[in-house]
Amino acid sequence: MIEQQAIRLDMKQVTIEFPGVKALNNVDFTTESGTSHALIGANGAGKSTLMKVLSGAYNHYTGAIWIDGQAVHIRSPKDAKDLGIQIVYQEVDTALIPYLTVGENIMLDDTVNDMGKRQWMNWKRIHSNAKATLERMNVKVSTKKLVSELTLAEKQMILIARAITKECRFLILDEPTAPLSHAETEELFRIVRDLKKNNVGVIFISHRLPELFEICDDITVMRDGEFVIKKRIADTNQNDIVEYMLGKKLDDQFPKVPIEIGETNFEVKGLSDSDKLRNIDFYVRKGEIIGLAGLVGAGKTELCKALFGASRVVSGERVLQKRKLSIRNCNDAVKQGLALVPEERRKEGILVLESVVSNLTVANLSKFCAYSTFLQFGKEKKEAQQLIQDLGIKTPNEQAKVKNLSGGNQQKVAIGKWLTTEAEVYIFDEPTKGVDVGAKKDIFKLISQLAQQGKSIIYASCELSEIVGITDRVYVLYDGEIVKELQTSATNEEELLFYSTGGK
Amino acid sequence: MSTGQQRQVKAAKSFDFFDFLYKYGTIVTILILIAVFGTMSSSFLMPSNIINILRSISIVTIISIGITISLSVGGFDLSVGSVASLANAVVISMFVWHSQNSFIGIIIAVAVCLLAGLLNSFMIVKMKIPDMLMTLATMFIIQGVALTYTRGATVSQNMVMPDGTFAQGKISAFFSKIGQVPWIIIIMLVVVVVVHIFLNYTKHGRYMYVIGGNMEAAKLSGIPVNKYRVLAYVLSAGFAAVGGIMLASRVMTAEVNAGAPYLMDAVAAAYIGFSVAGAGRPNAFGTFVGAILIGILQNGLVMMSVPYYAMDIVKGTVLAFALALTYYKQK
Repeated sequence: MIEQQAIRLDMKQVTIEFPGVKALNNVDFTTESGTSHALIGANGAGKSTLMKVLSGAYNHYTGAIWIDGQAVHIRSPKDAKDLGIQIVYQEVDTALIPYLTVGENIMLDDTVNDMGKRQWMNWKRIHSNAKATLERMNVKVSTKKLVSELTLAEKQMILIARAITKECRFLILDEPTAPLSHAETEELFRIVRDLKKNNVGVIFISHRLPELFEICDDITVMRDGEFVIKKRIADTNQNDIVEYMLGKKLDDQFPKVPIEIGETNFEVKGLSDSDKLRNIDFYVRKGEIIGLAGLVGAGKTELCKALFGASRVVSGERVLQKRKLSIRNCNDAVKQGLALVPEERRKEGILVLESVVSNLTVANLSKFCAYSTFLQFGKEKKEAQQLIQDLGIKTPNEQAKVKNLSGGNQQKVAIGKWLTTEAEVYIFDEPTKGVDVGAKKDIFKLISQLAQQGKSIIYASCELSEIVGITDRVYVLYDGEIVKELQTSATNEEELLFYSTGGK
Repeated sequence: MSTGQQRQVKAAKSFDFFDFLYKYGTIVTILILIAVFGTMSSSFLMPSNIINILRSISIVTIISIGITISLSVGGFDLSVGSVASLANAVVISMFVWHSQNSFIGIIIAVAVCLLAGLLNSFMIVKMKIPDMLMTLATMFIIQGVALTYTRGATVSQNMVMPDGTFAQGKISAFFSKIGQVPWIIIIMLVVVVVVHIFLNYTKHGRYMYVIGGNMEAAKLSGIPVNKYRVLAYVLSAGFAAVGGIMLASRVMTAEVNAGAPYLMDAVAAAYIGFSVAGAGRPNAFGTFVGAILIGILQNGLVMMSVPYYAMDIVKGTVLAFALALTYYKQK
């Protein structure tokens, strides 16, 4: 066998700006073919952006990319593919066409770009090429099967297969293991090892530290759009990496006031859904703010939705003030004293086409109705004006359409609508996402005020600094399970991140 | 700073022609049509002709109100024409074949149609079939049921029954009043006003618009979304039934597929109504204005001796314009 020459890939001084943010600032990244390289960083560190630059998704960056000592020009996905750089994104379904066969999906690039003047499909060639690729990967899936019939793991294999049908020197996998089970992850790692043997450089983006230590040779840590450090995996350990990811602490101001914590108010026992969540147990007391910490994909949003009846719960019970709740849908949840501020604000939290007043009263419209049927516009308006004042919502008047407000003010509306209900438990799912600093502070203040009134708050976020800043107690989620309960006063971001990334 | 202010003043002053057209185009069109037809035909503006127009649009308006309700929850109901046919067939057969009184006849016809509406809502809400496709299927199913029920023939008084005898049942004088002026117009106006109040001044109407605007957010606000969607399709079928019964009273027979031609006009009226006076969403008053526009157009064109068989070209074009206005605005 001929000794294969390792090819070097260098990204030098890469900088990219989007309106208002410098997403990458003079980042250097170096890897070689035939190795697997972990790229890690907290949310917003710029890992995905860097890999998008490498795969040609952006054309307005500055800096240089060198392959094998030669400067190369990558400004479009085609440039990157021609150089043998392939990427498999996390959302596999966006890249596959469900009602075409496995073979057609694998050979899609070929069909789209390399048909030239040919007009007729050569099915035999497509299926034999696809089959050869799958055999090379040792994946046993028929090329005649429809993609819509495959499991998530198989779909990912198909995308990897598509990436290596052509010459592939570097393969970027963006969070490939997030949706996979343990056995499926093992299968993926086998393929990664095979690829390495064939002199492919695999770049692995992941939040799960134990996995990276299992499969990778090198690791690069990024933070806030900057390169932090590159190390051999063998020369480091999980704790060090966590420290590099966090860096120095940010001194955020959280308006935390001491609140008297009462008796247990809301309790969840053995909650599971059909998909992600397994056996969730937790409780929250009156006046207490508990945090649900965890990285993207840990199941925080799924848990918030399951609690609120927005997704199906298979087993387990919810108890509010010693009364067992029966929640089959969100309507039941609202009636029984729960409130949810969902993650996807524009899609789920507010009614963008409606006015501020309609938004603020929608959760408890009966309160503003005569004979619980006829709307009382005056009463509605008065309450809305009061809420706008209390929450500091910046809007020309209460009839303005919510779509014209800024992100922070929209979020205040999404929270404000629950203040008209007599909710006991408030669930916040990433409430500060896309919210400016000033509004963030207002939102924290509002949450503290609710706790002061003896409400129970569940605060889910992947921003660990916020969890540390605002909560009294934290549950850490990892892969759909609560892995740790911590007192906030006795923990810090390092410890939270350690458990969030699967540390034990 | 000062340049920014200047720009704002300029923007406020500049007259947005498209926006004006969107909001008041329908009403302006109606006024232009009245002016044109009024000058071309002396009888167009006679009170008798105005009443004639109102009478001619009453059935379309009521069926269209049903579509408006289904549109308000973000749905669509193509089966209303067939439901109207079914109501027409059932109510006439109740009189002619079974010699029932008006009250029983109407109740049974409405009940049968509400069942059809429940079928629609079950398939759309529970089985999650896209509304347009499902109601396309039920449009044919219900049309087929109506045809099978009448054995593909017209039902009328003194008709020949399969055993060779003549049908004995009579249509009551009370029932025949429903389809005549002034009652047919009064019923239409009552329906428009009641549904307008329902959609704009009650909790339920607000919920329906909220659901139509963003179903996911409505669900997460605790609105019983499915209940309201079911209600919308049932109401849609209910108003189609009322339309069919009024049609029965108007013509006193049950022709084959008598309700089918109303579908197109009703859809057009509801979509024209979207933009009237800048509502930007399906609404009862707008639908009424839409029906008036179609009614005037049809009446005026007949007076100008445009043949009936060319009428669909005009109506289809009007619908296409209304859709263009609605969707171009939404981008």
